[in-house]
Amino acid sequence: MSDQLAPSASATESNPEDSLQNPQFLVDLRQQMLRFASLQLQDTQLAEDAVQEALMGALKNFRSFSGRSALKTWVFAILKNKIADTLRQRQRFVDADLLVRGDREEHDHDELFDQTGHWQKDEKPKRWADPESAIYDKHFWRIFEACLSHLPSRQAQIFMMREFIELESHEICAAVEISVSNLNVTLHRARLRLRECLEDNWFGVEKDR
Amino acid sequence: MMKTCREATRLMSESQERDLHISEQAGLKLHLAMCTPCRNFSKQLKTLRRITQSYAQGGPEKVDK
Repeated sequence: MSDQLAPSASATESNPEDSLQNPQFLVDLRQQMLRFASLQLQDTQLAEDAVQEALMGALKNFRSFSGRSALKTWVFAILKNKIADTLRQRQRFVDADLLVRGDREEHDHDELFDQTGHWQKDEKPKRWADPESAIYDKHFWRIFEACLSHLPSRQAQIFMMREFIELESHEICAAVEISVSNLNVTLHRARLRLRECLEDNWFGVEKDR
Repeated sequence: MMKTCREATRLMSESQERDLHISEQAGLKLHLAMCTPCRNFSKQLKTLRRITQSYAQGGPEKVDK
């Protein structure tokens, strides 16, 4: 990519102007932010506003970023704060749909365990070889995004509130009006599903590399 | 009483949100000592958290190939 063509040998990443002059990078980034914000806020307009605000801030200050990942880290931090604020303000307005949908996800990990509560024979978590190197592989990130988007929407929303926005339990419970035990059950399911998906599609697959 | 894998995974998941009670920790340790799949699960939860944080910090953008 253009990174390798950059004249400066000392820069390991694209310089900030490349980041912002590359329309595809911005389009992709915006799309990713929008997907993330929409999932959290369940409201397209609010999501658009939050993304717009975070991006405008970044564009104003773009010279201070050392590369794309610095820029991206920064805009996502802003976006996370913006979403967290919106969610906190909104705690009184319950989305009744979410509660209904939650009920339908009741039995989704029964197939992982047998009647005595032990792992089904072919569902036992295996040892993951070299989990650290996955984050340097763009194919892995595609799998990760696919696994995330295959979670039931409520599980994905709550999982990302916890792990991505790093809200505490009580904040999530207030924002989506669920009990702590409900939250714990949801996170447990989301983690079971995600790890299964990652193992089935990445860590448990023989790769010739 | 011996914990089931379902119960053990639930406790491991919850330990990412709160400190477990001593009794929960003891029961979990005992289970993990004897259950390889749950030991794998335990490591994978930590990996999952690291991966998600890396994702939030622009992980996919840091790789170019």
